[in-house]
Amino acid sequence: MPIKNLAALALLLTFNAAASDFEVSGKVAVEERYFFETNQYDNQFPHSQTSILVEPEFYWGWNNGDDTVTFKPFYRLDDQDSERSHGDIRELSYIHASDDWELRTGIRKEYWGVTEFQHLVDVINQTDGVEDLDGEDKLGQLMVNLSLVKDWGIVDLYLLPGFRERTFAGEDGRLRAPMIVDKNNVSYESSAQEQHLDVAMRWSHSVGDFDIGTHWFHGTNREPILTPEQDGDKLVLRQYYNQMDQFGLDVQATIDDWLYKFESIYRNTNDGNFWATQAGFEYSFVGIFDSNADLGLLTEYSWDSRGEGSIQEPGASFQNDLFFGSRIAFNDMQSSEVLMGFSTDLDHSATSFILEANRRLGDNFKAVIDIRVFNSSDPIEQTYAIKNDDHLQLSIEWYF
Amino acid sequence: MFKKKLVLGTLSAIALALVSNISIAMTPEQQGLEISKEAKQRDLGWIDSTADMLMLLRNQQGQESIREIKIKSLEVDDDGDKSLTIFNKPRDVKGTAFLSFSHPVDADDQWLYLPALKRVKRIASRNKSGPFMGSEFAFEDLSSFEIEKYSYKYLGDETINGLENFKVEQYPADENSGYTKRIVWLDKNEYRIQKIEFYDRKNALLKTLSYVDYKQYLGKHWRADTQKMLNHQNGKSTELKWTNYAFKTGLKDGDFNRNSLKRVR
Repeated sequence: MPIKNLAALALLLTFNAAASDFEVSGKVAVEERYFFETNQYDNQFPHSQTSILVEPEFYWGWNNGDDTVTFKPFYRLDDQDSERSHGDIRELSYIHASDDWELRTGIRKEYWGVTEFQHLVDVINQTDGVEDLDGEDKLGQLMVNLSLVKDWGIVDLYLLPGFRERTFAGEDGRLRAPMIVDKNNVSYESSAQEQHLDVAMRWSHSVGDFDIGTHWFHGTNREPILTPEQDGDKLVLRQYYNQMDQFGLDVQATIDDWLYKFESIYRNTNDGNFWATQAGFEYSFVGIFDSNADLGLLTEYSWDSRGEGSIQEPGASFQNDLFFGSRIAFNDMQSSEVLMGFSTDLDHSATSFILEANRRLGDNFKAVIDIRVFNSSDPIEQTYAIKNDDHLQLSIEWYF
Repeated sequence: MFKKKLVLGTLSAIALALVSNISIAMTPEQQGLEISKEAKQRDLGWIDSTADMLMLLRNQQGQESIREIKIKSLEVDDDGDKSLTIFNKPRDVKGTAFLSFSHPVDADDQWLYLPALKRVKRIASRNKSGPFMGSEFAFEDLSSFEIEKYSYKYLGDETINGLENFKVEQYPADENSGYTKRIVWLDKNEYRIQKIEFYDRKNALLKTLSYVDYKQYLGKHWRADTQKMLNHQNGKSTELKWTNYAFKTGLKDGDFNRNSLKRVR
């Protein structure tokens, strides 16, 4: 009898599994960083940093995938920087898709834009600054997003309750300014503080060779204004988040082997307003040197109406900067890839170089090498603070 | 005006009669084209399809690697098909999806979705000759067959797999193709591709693709369970195993846009 019950239960479970889809996947990674030069500021560690990150994803889908729930927690444990040991819910969302609309509710990430070296129009999610310097790691954002599919494009409407503060390296950590950013005593322009309800709208469309997007965002600025203040016997940077209205446009033209990319924003706040643009192009050579490898070459330029500013009144970090990049995809069984980037500030002497190389090992592992080199001789330039933080990072990632 | 139309109509009717009755009078180029048109014509009307593809990559040392992919396609009248390709394995690319609007002559429109960044990227589509996921299949080998993509030449008949075949040479119209020509064997009974030989830009034999275990769906559409691609120049091979073929599943235009690209599994 119990066996029969078990069999019935097993059968039932099988049927349920068939009616809906449940999947667990994700990644676990071990990262080892080595800083070539010893620490520039007190209390920082001298050379090496080890961390482990876990990011599983749980997915449920039913109604042929028209209804889905996704849960993606994230945690990093760092042996040196207590601020870099942190967790986040990257995603906990329910999505319902209909023929010509979609409702996405919960904690999510939304990416806008087309350029590679700076992401001006990408403003929905807060940057998870302790993860990497490229600003591509984001904290989960609570939202209700209605997406309407029309003949004339896709319209996305967003309600964004709840604001996330940016993450910064702690006192023990490298890749920070001489003063640490105070996690406490954060202030806001809005009396609702981090509870301000932000709203955003985006229209995007593909017309022939052109992919066009335009947006308006009204709410808490994701970029804090950092002001030095006395905290006991030391100086710290206090975070202040003002309110902003941002209009933006992003366009990519894909013509033969050329990609032309353009992003521009106008941001209005009570602390001033500005225009900024990031634009460039990418060209791909297919099958270089009679091999299967492809070579992509990229150039981008940044301009910002705030200019370089002064020591007292810092301007924009990318105000007259030029970027070059190359991407080699070997198109082999292991999907080996090498990415290189070089940036230079045309207003003063500051350059940085990045290299990212990765290769699959077997079917479920990946090895990644990252190199970051910063050169700066001008204290006004933001990379001046991290000029001693050149490093190499080795990661082994396991995907399941 | 009306009279002119009538005359033209009659003329084309006569021309058609001539073509079908006196096929001997056709040039090998015309015959090649007619055979290819017939093959395309016989498979029209599948409306939409879904299938699972398992890709087995093997190098000369016998090392293997697996790709697990789901493909959804939509037939488009008077244009190339729309398709969504969803990657499940290898695990590091799980969730990556690829949307393509193919066009018979113009470059295809292609978007790639990168799940880690939640980013949709429009990509240049001229990279037809490059390998697909490190396999011996080039992107162009996996794109939908359209008459306008080639010019043709009928070479004669040949028996392979115990079947009488037409042997047709195809010359790519696109200068970005990795091939100077393909030789295609189609069986005379059902116009199913039995074998394709690919010749590289130096006109040397590069690859052979064999189709194994054809099955018929909806009493009309023939699909091979297995496709074996052998690269003669590097000794590597890739085997495609197709399962769960389904047709007329009710897919719509709305299942092939940026939104569905981000959502699809």
